[in-house]
Amino acid sequence: MSKTPLLEIEDLCAKVADKEIIKGFNLTINEGEIHALMGPNGAGKSTLSYVLSGKQGYEVTSGKVLFKGKNLLKMSTEERAREGLFLIMQYPVEIPGVPVTTFLKHSVNAVRKHQNLPELDTMDFIKMVREEGKKLGISNDMLKRPINVGFSGGEKKRLETLQLSILKPTFAILDEADSGLDIDALKVVADGVNAEHNEHNAMLVITHYQRLLNYIVPDYVHVFADGHIVQSGGKELALELEKTGYAQFVKEK
Amino acid sequence: MPDIQKTPNIIDESGDKYKYGFVTEIASDTVAKGLNEDIIKQISQKKQEPDWLLNWRLQAFRFWQKMEEPTWAKLQYDKIDYQDLYYYSAPKQKAAPKNLDEVDPELLSTYEKLGIPLKEQEALAGIVAVDAVFDSVSVATTYRAKLAEQGIIFCSISEAIKQYPDLVKKYLGSVVPYTDNFFACLNSAVFTDGSFVYIPKGIKCPMELSTYFRINARNTGQFERTLIIADEESYVSYLEGCTAPQRDENQLHAAIVEIVILKNAEVKYSTVQNWYPGDKEGKGGVYNFVTKRAACRGENSKVSWTQVETGSAVTWKYPSCILQGDNSVGEFYSVALTNNYQQADTGTKMIHIGKNTSSKIISKGISAGYSNQTYRGLVKVSPQAQNARNYSQCDSLLIGNKCGSHTVPYIENRNRTARIEHEATTSKISEEQLFYCLQRGIDEETAVSLIVNGFCKEVMQHLPLEFAIEAAKLINISLEGSVG
Repeated sequence: MSKTPLLEIEDLCAKVADKEIIKGFNLTINEGEIHALMGPNGAGKSTLSYVLSGKQGYEVTSGKVLFKGKNLLKMSTEERAREGLFLIMQYPVEIPGVPVTTFLKHSVNAVRKHQNLPELDTMDFIKMVREEGKKLGISNDMLKRPINVGFSGGEKKRLETLQLSILKPTFAILDEADSGLDIDALKVVADGVNAEHNEHNAMLVITHYQRLLNYIVPDYVHVFADGHIVQSGGKELALELEKTGYAQFVKEK
Repeated sequence: MPDIQKTPNIIDESGDKYKYGFVTEIASDTVAKGLNEDIIKQISQKKQEPDWLLNWRLQAFRFWQKMEEPTWAKLQYDKIDYQDLYYYSAPKQKAAPKNLDEVDPELLSTYEKLGIPLKEQEALAGIVAVDAVFDSVSVATTYRAKLAEQGIIFCSISEAIKQYPDLVKKYLGSVVPYTDNFFACLNSAVFTDGSFVYIPKGIKCPMELSTYFRINARNTGQFERTLIIADEESYVSYLEGCTAPQRDENQLHAAIVEIVILKNAEVKYSTVQNWYPGDKEGKGGVYNFVTKRAACRGENSKVSWTQVETGSAVTWKYPSCILQGDNSVGEFYSVALTNNYQQADTGTKMIHIGKNTSSKIISKGISAGYSNQTYRGLVKVSPQAQNARNYSQCDSLLIGNKCGSHTVPYIENRNRTARIEHEATTSKISEEQLFYCLQRGIDEETAVSLIVNGFCKEVMQHLPLEFAIEAAKLINISLEGSVG
């Protein structure tokens, strides 16, 4: 059975503040696959995640991106999210005075509305969030607090994972999901992410280190340097990189 | 301001967001344009006032003529021609209505459109009693009989002048004397109506009391005056709402609220101010010059001002607390939101006189569009005010890069035992916050409203529940078009 492509990126070039960062990036991710993107600092990993999710200030200069066969680059940021693209952020931002549940309810209902599903009423919603939260060690008290305000690094990432498990995206990008996490928190987040993975969705795991890939095991590993993929392989490539480092892929400047 | 025209010149309402902008077609009884002693005499005569009040008005007017309009506020507006205004306009009614059945149906339907219940049986189980002020006069006050059972007086100030002259004479001008400031002095000379409340000793008022102010007539200033007296051990929560039709020219509103609070009594005063703010280009809108002050005269007395200011082209307003009684407490919670070309210069004054007095100021200013906003506040501790405490927090949020926000705190401390804290922050809605919301599927307008409501939460939670919901909606409406 041939695989169904979920995300197809072709010759993508993008710039930030007039600086070309993504240079001829190609990648196809099929349903059910987990891809890891590894590379040195400054290779443009985070930039790629922002370009795909549609952050303001990240300008695509050429190339194309299809998401479920549709032109992703034509969609607004919120449309991409509603279509099922989710980004676990490296540094989730604080929004003072806005409780986690209030924020999540707006988010869930915006996505449901887009998918022609009825909005959840408050009782059902709270019940669902509490159940999902429990699995990730998120207390009811934490759900009442303003989103990310005063949260530890681990709490922030658990909250990101909670949103992943509630919104059930078809394509998730994990941008340095392991930064700021101790080993226990890393396991909780990885377990949460793995629990959501199935044959119909896919993930792009962006990381510096092999460590995270012990818990979220990729089907493919790509080395990303100077704005594009320089080498691809199976999960063993990550282990090799751990030994040799990225120096061989970085061009002399 | 242009001369009066035959047909009301309403701004096209289609696609405009100020839903209270309609005009009520009703015949009115006005006095001639302009301001002089004769006009004041006519107003006083129309209201069948006692001589002492007329004399007081005239004294105020003579004093006012020697005063100059203040220019210290950070506000820019066209000079007001005080001779080009009508100072009295009342909807024509055959006689003073004895009950709601006698009130002009046109007026009742106006308040219905505004969402203000004047028919008692239609209001939810006696939640709020309303005094409805239309231009210069009070047209109806609800639940009076029920309140009277407990000795609570709730009526228009015109009626109080006739029915309870001793109370009025004792307290009118005792918190805000006519010499206080230019606009307060003008109000003292020409005030036409407003609300009067007296809560007797030991009574906790069983429902929220409220006044709803409506400016309708053209080129008419509204000068209302509210007087609230909370006797010993009493409690009342009071709400105030305001709207005006959408007109091309500016309308003047100069009001006074005086509150007297005796031993162990408490007053909560909440305002949602939604006067017409003017259009997108800054044309029209209400000039809102208001003096509000509470005197905590007895020991352990407490006043709490909560205001949500979204309307008016120009706002000049500093609800204040005079903390005379020992252990008295003053609080000021404020959200001011300006958009387009609105300007607001607002804040509070906390005057500590008694021992162990404490005050708290929480001010949240949101500026969008081309608007300009200033927080101006005074904390004053007099030499005899031992152990005074003040905490002030002033936060400003900017939306876009064409608006302005300014914080001007004045502190005058003359007692070394005082503890005064002041914190201030200015922030912008960050691109990171917006991106975070958008990435979770939330559209930009909802995102801004979530962020702004989160920013004001600390203040909004001090409003009575139904009012808080209304205020949150109002903030969302006022923000429309501020992003993108």
